[in-house]
Amino acid sequence: MINLIYGIAGTFVLGVFAILFGLSVKGIDRKISARMQWRIGPPLRQPFRDVRKLLLKDNVLPDNAVPWIYNAAPIICLASLITILLFIPIGSIPAVLGSSGDIIVVLYLLIVPSIAIIVGGFSSGSPFASVGAQREMVLLISYELPLSMIIFTFAWAYSVLYPGIPALSFSTFEKYPIWNQFSPIGMFGVGIFLIIALLVTTAEMAKIPFDIPEAETEIAEGVFVEYSGRNFALFYLADAVKIVVLSAIIIAIFFPYNLSPWLSAYITLPHWLWYVVDVLFFMLKVVVLSIIAVTFLRTALARLKVDQIVRIYWFHLFIAGVAAMILIALDTMGVL
Amino acid sequence: MCAKLTKALDKSLWVFHVNSGSCNGCDIEILAALTPRYDAERFGVHLVGTPRHADVLLVTGPVTRDMEEKLKRIYEMTPDPKVVIAVGTCGVSGGVFHESYNLVGPIDRVIPVDIYVPGCPPRPEAIIDAVVKAWLKLERLRGEGGEQ
Repeated sequence: MINLIYGIAGTFVLGVFAILFGLSVKGIDRKISARMQWRIGPPLRQPFRDVRKLLLKDNVLPDNAVPWIYNAAPIICLASLITILLFIPIGSIPAVLGSSGDIIVVLYLLIVPSIAIIVGGFSSGSPFASVGAQREMVLLISYELPLSMIIFTFAWAYSVLYPGIPALSFSTFEKYPIWNQFSPIGMFGVGIFLIIALLVTTAEMAKIPFDIPEAETEIAEGVFVEYSGRNFALFYLADAVKIVVLSAIIIAIFFPYNLSPWLSAYITLPHWLWYVVDVLFFMLKVVVLSIIAVTFLRTALARLKVDQIVRIYWFHLFIAGVAAMILIALDTMGVL
Repeated sequence: MCAKLTKALDKSLWVFHVNSGSCNGCDIEILAALTPRYDAERFGVHLVGTPRHADVLLVTGPVTRDMEEKLKRIYEMTPDPKVVIAVGTCGVSGGVFHESYNLVGPIDRVIPVDIYVPGCPPRPEAIIDAVVKAWLKLERLRGEGGEQ
């Protein structure tokens, strides 16, 4: 019973936190993008204004859409993203559902938002949305391979280095940070994986240069072409929450560091305040990662073609991933 | 139309650009208004790719016979509340083409226009000013909503 109440309250608090924080990150993203182009840019609260406006606009249902799928897709998309956050530790707060799932669950749940977008696109009955949904599928197929390579290499390394521990659990990553396990050669491999993870984040966010599913200049916003009003606001929120979720995954795998163990030697603070400090540090990490993975790339580059994106993920990043895998494997087995 | 609704729209106007038979002069000026030099995004103005997301329709040029039905459809596709801005002299009055045989006429003969931006082509400042002042129409709607 206590667990149930904790779960419900945790979901609610995390959902509100993720939405508000995600929208703020979006505001920061737009501001920095504007600054990179020597513009003034919109105020930081612009995404909040956009959502408020979208929520109050007409919610149009196209004649040839499948109503229940069309309306359910945005809700599934947002809900699944908040569900992922329940499995990831935030700062020094352990994951709400940490005991009932590990990275494998997160990997599978990460597909659900994309599937929701694909299904929503197909159900809106517009040729542009169909093309966008097909492109989203291509993107999904492209980035899944490098992403799973990262996680399974690390899990394998943990299972060799520390036999008997749950190698796929986030708590293992937190207890034994990945950078401390290897000599410089293995760390180089981890660095390659970090770059791959950041590029996967860009594609998962469907931002330039990987924004083929919603390319507004060729296929008129693609999958979202028919969405308006409340439904589109939910997709907008899902997009904001997504960057928090993806950054949280990268943080949990690559940077599971907290400030409290370092600072508590110098400063004494009440117990609960350390949680706040760690959550603030977590938020800082999310902002930095989102700027690197989304803002810089989307402002500096142009959109790639569909085949170029598949080639990048399946060829270039796959080769880089195999190289990193070999480096880490050699290091783990003590060959070097 | 409740007051809350129009107030939310003031500072977040998403623009859809329709060319209903313009010579491209006004379109180039609209693009200029979106460039970093004029930075329309600082007012929350954002160019969208589909009328379903739009609050403002920027229509350029006189309406040709071919575009008449399409323009009406785009207008109907845009969710309420919406503002239509006619950009350029051709859209306002027909301009130098007003006698042409393949024109239906100025934009307000096909769909209701709220704001007129004359000029051949109008300066980007004038276009940004028109979009930002679209809230004047919304304010009027808010007044009407207050009476209900």
